[in-house]
Amino acid sequence: MTDIETGFADPIEQGIEQGIERAVADDGAPLLTVEGLRVWFGSAEVVKGISFTTRPGRCLAIVGESGSGKSVTARTLVGLTGSGAQVQAGRIDLAGTDLTRQTERSWRSIRGRQIGFILQDALVSLDQLRRVGDEVAEPLKVHGWGTREARARKVVDLLASVGVPEPEMRARQRPYELSGGLRQRALIASAIALDPTLIVADEPTTALDVTIQAQVLDLLAESKARGTSIILISHDLSVVARLADEVLVMRDGCVVEHGVAHQVLHQPRHEYTQALLDAIPSEHTRGTRLVRPASDATVVARTREPVDRDRPLLEARHITKVFRGPDKVDRTVVDDVSFELFTGETLGIVGESGSGKTTSARIALALLQPTSGDVLLRGQPWSTLPPARRRPLRKQIGVIYQDPLSSFDPRWHVGRILADALRTGNRPPSSKAEARARAIRLLEQVGLSAEHLSAAPLRLSGGQRQRVSIARALAPEPEVIICDEPVSALDVSIQAQVLDLLTDLQDELGVSYLFISHDLGVIHHMSDRVLVMKDGLVVESGTADEIFERPAHPYTQRLLTALPRLTTAANQ
Amino acid sequence: MTSVTALPPASGRAPDSGRAWRTGRRIRVRVRLGTVVPLLIVVLLLVAAIAPGLLTTRSPNGIDIEHTLLAPSLSHPFGTDDAGRDLYTRVIYGARESLGIGLGATGLAMSIAILLGFAAGLAGGVVDAVIGRILEVSFAFPVLLLALLLIAIRGPSLTTEIVAVGIGSAPGYARMVRGQVLNVRQAPYIEAASALGHRRLAVIRRHLFPNAMRPLVAMITLGVGQSIVWASSLSFLGLGVAPPSPEWGALLDSGRMYITTSWWLEVMPGLVIVVVALSVTSLGRTLQHRLEGAAR
Repeated sequence: MTDIETGFADPIEQGIEQGIERAVADDGAPLLTVEGLRVWFGSAEVVKGISFTTRPGRCLAIVGESGSGKSVTARTLVGLTGSGAQVQAGRIDLAGTDLTRQTERSWRSIRGRQIGFILQDALVSLDQLRRVGDEVAEPLKVHGWGTREARARKVVDLLASVGVPEPEMRARQRPYELSGGLRQRALIASAIALDPTLIVADEPTTALDVTIQAQVLDLLAESKARGTSIILISHDLSVVARLADEVLVMRDGCVVEHGVAHQVLHQPRHEYTQALLDAIPSEHTRGTRLVRPASDATVVARTREPVDRDRPLLEARHITKVFRGPDKVDRTVVDDVSFELFTGETLGIVGESGSGKTTSARIALALLQPTSGDVLLRGQPWSTLPPARRRPLRKQIGVIYQDPLSSFDPRWHVGRILADALRTGNRPPSSKAEARARAIRLLEQVGLSAEHLSAAPLRLSGGQRQRVSIARALAPEPEVIICDEPVSALDVSIQAQVLDLLTDLQDELGVSYLFISHDLGVIHHMSDRVLVMKDGLVVESGTADEIFERPAHPYTQRLLTALPRLTTAANQ
Repeated sequence: MTSVTALPPASGRAPDSGRAWRTGRRIRVRVRLGTVVPLLIVVLLLVAAIAPGLLTTRSPNGIDIEHTLLAPSLSHPFGTDDAGRDLYTRVIYGARESLGIGLGATGLAMSIAILLGFAAGLAGGVVDAVIGRILEVSFAFPVLLLALLLIAIRGPSLTTEIVAVGIGSAPGYARMVRGQVLNVRQAPYIEAASALGHRRLAVIRRHLFPNAMRPLVAMITLGVGQSIVWASSLSFLGLGVAPPSPEWGALLDSGRMYITTSWWLEVMPGLVIVVVALSVTSLGRTLQHRLEGAAR
């Protein structure tokens, strides 16, 4: 492998870039060559002249945050840019086929046969009303492959090859009857059905739990080993590290860095790549802020009061929740869970989807009654109180949701949301002017300003919405804030800002967090103590260091092994 | 799946964005026309209902035996009827009753629907099941049949007509309200409001009710148009407002006898009903799109 190359959108640099491309290409003829790709939506240029090549058996990762143009690039490669887009390119060449000169009709013969496309969300990508087998067989059918019976056999083989257990039965089921991981595998089976030479995977694992994510990545790695070229689109650098040979970092439609994966991920040349890498929460970032001041590159340590361990602030005692399904079968969603949360500390609850994390949180909030067990607040009854007596105490527990937008009344603007939360608090404002002044102070506390008072949450960015949601949680001046996946929907740099904000507020106000996440890195970064949940049970608990360095339970060990880390494919 | 475009041939020029801009403008003009015309008609309807004197100088019941059954002309744009009354004037004066029935019936229907829908949606369980069954049974009867039953008991009058059409169309709305309540009550912002410590009643009043009713605003508008048509049907059958009232359905009914010789007695009021119902419906649809767009 030759040395690093850097791509720039600047046309002057393009000549240099092409030279570098040739240098990289010498270990095999390029399969796909893209030169000077530009895409407009109306007057907005979203991809500003990018160039890259891929080779058989290699994986090129395109990384970047929302709005960087990475997904648009991926869709352009399969001719699905959409009717509102204007595409222009010096050259897009797939093994001798000029992709700039395809009609809608000829694209159909390329898609599936030469290029397989894997989308992020298999639930929306698969037709709910059709059987999984028919969906997987679709590309075979479109391209006139074999007879009906032959296709049915091939589908079963394909499903088996992507590790779907009981493929005959699964092929007869409908997408909603399959778990997220199985659906994603069915989608991959469909993408590789005709053995395409190139697979374009747009965030293939973003919606998946970490253990399933590992399986899907392994699957893609197998395809790669068989000689398929892969273009992986992702915002997650640790996923990229697992599969990519080459990495292209995009920002605002431009390539900011392009090079060999190991180099980009370990010795990034561009400060944006460095910032992206720094923003990833992990064991290394504990006790520090994720976003460093631009002026110096030193690690900023947190300054916090020691945790007071005399008396638990919030205490769950053997809570169990049983739901009765529509099939009259009882399911124990939370099974004998106990925890204590002390003043000023962060207790992390980590687990995959369906592990009972969110149900535990709703029981702690007393929005859901446990089937057995109880929750105490400051040593006093909390979950067992009648609703009318609990209501005045609610100001002591705040909550931050994963999707802030849906937690705001769609008719309300930010000012009204905050004023409403202030009124429920310990010191309700006595006048409209006071409510306004305190709402502004809250906004400033979370890094927003008075101008956001009149904004509709819909018009705010994801990060701003989560800040408003934090401001609302802070408004009643609670002692505990329950954070249910507060950063899961955010880009890594925004996630870093929000996590920093939460730790700053903890240092400043001494508030305690019950922090729920599926992301082990985030949990490790944030938590003092950690509960690991699986199928409603706490399988392991202890300090963050104990859990992450000496995991005792096999499930925790498996989670940690499955966690993609920033080691490149070359290192493994 | 997304729509597919082929890549245009590569060229050094920036893409021609002018075409997209022009199409955008054409669409905007078309949308405006589709909104402005119905809006204008509804405004005229309101004026006719509130102050008919502004639109005509004649009296709706001014009999003129010398000018009976005149075809539409400049002095009598809709023609005259068998008593020589100006049909245009009668249609204008009839607007008040027709619109009154439309609004009254829809208002009554919505009130019943909100009561039943919220009770079913909020209480759930047995209450929901009982209300659900009642609604299902009432769906088995056509609206007109229910109305006929009521009129048979109480005798034809304006109030009976409003009540009949109102009760007849209530089950449909009730089912929509219930669906909305079930939908909105599980929204995270409802839980967030409870988590802040607001009373249940306050959460219902401030979050649940307005958000559940929001998409129904359009349905209410659509309902007004529908009620006008139903009321006209009843009057046409002679079961609505008694003559000489110029209610639109009654106009149709009284013109029935002359249909072979004086077409305008049927066509003119009929056209007005069609145009008004279309305008109100079209406005309702526009409103629906706006509200759905804003909610996203």
